Amino acid sequence: MSGILVVCEHEQGSFKKTAGELLGKAVELARALGTTVSAAVVGDVAADALGGWGAQQVYQVAGDFSSYSGTRTAAALHAIATAAAPDVILAPASYAGKDALPRLVARLGSGLGTECTDLRVDGGVVVGRRPLYAGKAFADVRVTRGVAVFSVRANSFPVPAMGTGRAPVQTVACTSVDPVVVVERKAAEHKTADLTEAERIVSGGRSLKSAESFDAVVRPLAATLGATVGASRAAVDAGYAHHDEQVGQTGKTVNPTLYIALGISGAIQHLAGMRTSRVIVAVNKDASAPIFEHATYGVVGDLFEVAPKLAAAVARLG
Amino acid sequence: MKIGVCVKITPDTDTRIKIQGDGIDANGIKWVVSPYDALAVEEAIVTGEKHGAEVVSFTIGDESTQAVLRGNVLAPGVARSVVVSEAAALKTDSLGRARVLAAAIGREACDVVFCGKVGIDHDNAQVPAMVGELLGWPVISRVTTFSAEGGRFRATRNVDGGVVEVVEGPLPAIMTAERGLNTPRYAKLPQLTAAKKKPIDTPSLADLGLSADVIAPAVTMTAWDTPPPRPKGRILQGDVDTVVDELVRLLREEAKVL
Ligand SMILES: Cc1cc2nc3c(=O)[nH]c(=O)nc-3n(C[C@H](O)[C@H](O)[C@H](O)COP(=O)(O)OP(=O)(O)OC[C@H]3O[C@@H](n4cnc5c(N)ncnc54)[C@H](O)[C@@H]3O)c2cc1C
Ligand SMILES: Nc1ncnc2c1ncn2[C@@H]1O[C@H](COP(=O)(O)O)[C@@H](O)[C@H]1O
Repeated sequence: MSGILVVCEHEQGSFKKTAGELLGKAVELARALGTTVSAAVVGDVAADALGGWGAQQVYQVAGDFSSYSGTRTAAALHAIATAAAPDVILAPASYAGKDALPRLVARLGSGLGTECTDLRVDGGVVVGRRPLYAGKAFADVRVTRGVAVFSVRANSFPVPAMGTGRAPVQTVACTSVDPVVVVERKAAEHKTADLTEAERIVSGGRSLKSAESFDAVVRPLAATLGATVGASRAAVDAGYAHHDEQVGQTGKTVNPTLYIALGISGAIQHLAGMRTSRVIVAVNKDASAPIFEHATYGVVGDLFEVAPKLAAAVARLG
Repeated sequence: MKIGVCVKITPDTDTRIKIQGDGIDANGIKWVVSPYDALAVEEAIVTGEKHGAEVVSFTIGDESTQAVLRGNVLAPGVARSVVVSEAAALKTDSLGRARVLAAAIGREACDVVFCGKVGIDHDNAQVPAMVGELLGWPVISRVTTFSAEGGRFRATRNVDGGVVEVVEGPLPAIMTAERGLNTPRYAKLPQLTAAKKKPIDTPSLADLGLSADVIAPAVTMTAWDTPPPRPKGRILQGDVDTVVDELVRLLREEAKVL
């Protein structure tokens, strides 16, 4: 078989929406190329339903992969790539994607285009479009030797409705032992979507002034919207928010449909992490704050007044 | 014990990027140690101090990187640097760079090599895992604590979804530095002076047992451009209640995100 192989991640028995996004896009690319779409699944999960997103064949390595293992994941992907012999591999730019794909590519001796925000067919091959220099530049990325591997930022494509189709599942054997062992695992206290995958994000900045007011203003608005909480580095450094919540060049790169920035000035390093968001709302009392140049909707006002009223108005929508 | 650290020299985050052909205009750019590599350098120095081990840095970059290395890598405490500046190494892709670094690291018999979790130029996060794969070493990405004892390491890493894992494994290994790992020190004046005399080794690809063919790139990047300008946004001002109602209406009816 040739065609496009999509790495489908899953968590607690269900597939992540990046799997739908990438399969949906792969179907479109495969149609233009006249080729097929298959899915790569690492770990135990019922995978035949991926046919409903357009996978014609599923390749699966069984086993417990709930704690991340770089060695085992890379070996599993390599075994699947060997069985499926694809021309193109698409995968999410997740922790696993970023850790295991370079290893896979080193084994394949080919090339990797990371963090793509768009994919298209051009001249009979798949081409990625990707941000560089913290989103200050964009370029087309092509792989000219061997299997072309691309990692894609979450929320780059719509998730298609899942049909009722079922795909045949071929189990691929892979026995690999990781010399690295996980001795302790602490799950996050708050169970919202990871920032890098979140569809909605509410972020707070230095202007929140304390952890208490961050908790009282930013988190409730996020909760009302079903959004994940983010923060500027200034807010993280001041201890208002957790390290893991930082958005920006030295924090997370996010790509939500809705990004609400409360009292964030819009420094270049913050923009680096969120400028590809589809809709940006900025609330800032300084009408000349740079964030307004990037905002879809800007509210000039005091966040301590605007945020609670916004939360109440959203709650009224039900 | 010997400790390695891979250091990439990148444009400062504040630098204005101008496109020139399929690349950026190097004029007027301030070059710095990529911020995550600064964390890797600090961890390498701290670990070296703790174990009385020599610390060596590895860089692929042109001659101009040497000045940045003296001031920001050798001065704070790295003993010597290895810099590969041959044209084929500067022009290759991540896997080509990983082959060069793996060969350079292989010559030094390091017990642990620290890298940054990502270079802030191309945001690739590719090279460290490739180096680990080529050397057959474990790679731990996004490390926030590190210790070594009796030929084994223990590290804390941040995986997706806010999950934090403590992992243990055998050395040699690659660690990629995440924010929170440490706070990089600044070099003092006498150290800056002393760094001028520290050795910088500049092996050729042949010295590393490589050739331009072996590291020929498979990845090309073309059609460079600045991001499409965002359509001009709408600024809402005035009475808070009116503004909030209008915002909610716009988010629902115009942007269709609520
Ligand atoms: C190497 C490097 C890496 C960096 N990485 C990151 C990163 O990853 N992420 C990041 O965010 N930053 C990063 N920074 C820091 C960045 O340069 C800025 O300092 C930071 O983003 C500022 O955070 P802020 O917007 O919360 O604070 P400020 O810049 O202080 O802005 C506060 C804003 O709040 C507004 N305000 C104040 N009170 C109110 C109110 N009551 N209502 C409404 N608005 C109000 C003010 O008008 C102002 O615009 C980095 C810097 C460097 C040098
Ligand atoms: N040219 C280079 N010279 C030295 N180290 C590098 C180079 N490129 C990448 N690295 C290392 O790999 C890390 C990740 O870089 P990258 O894969 O380019 O995002 C960097 O933080 C460095 O530690």
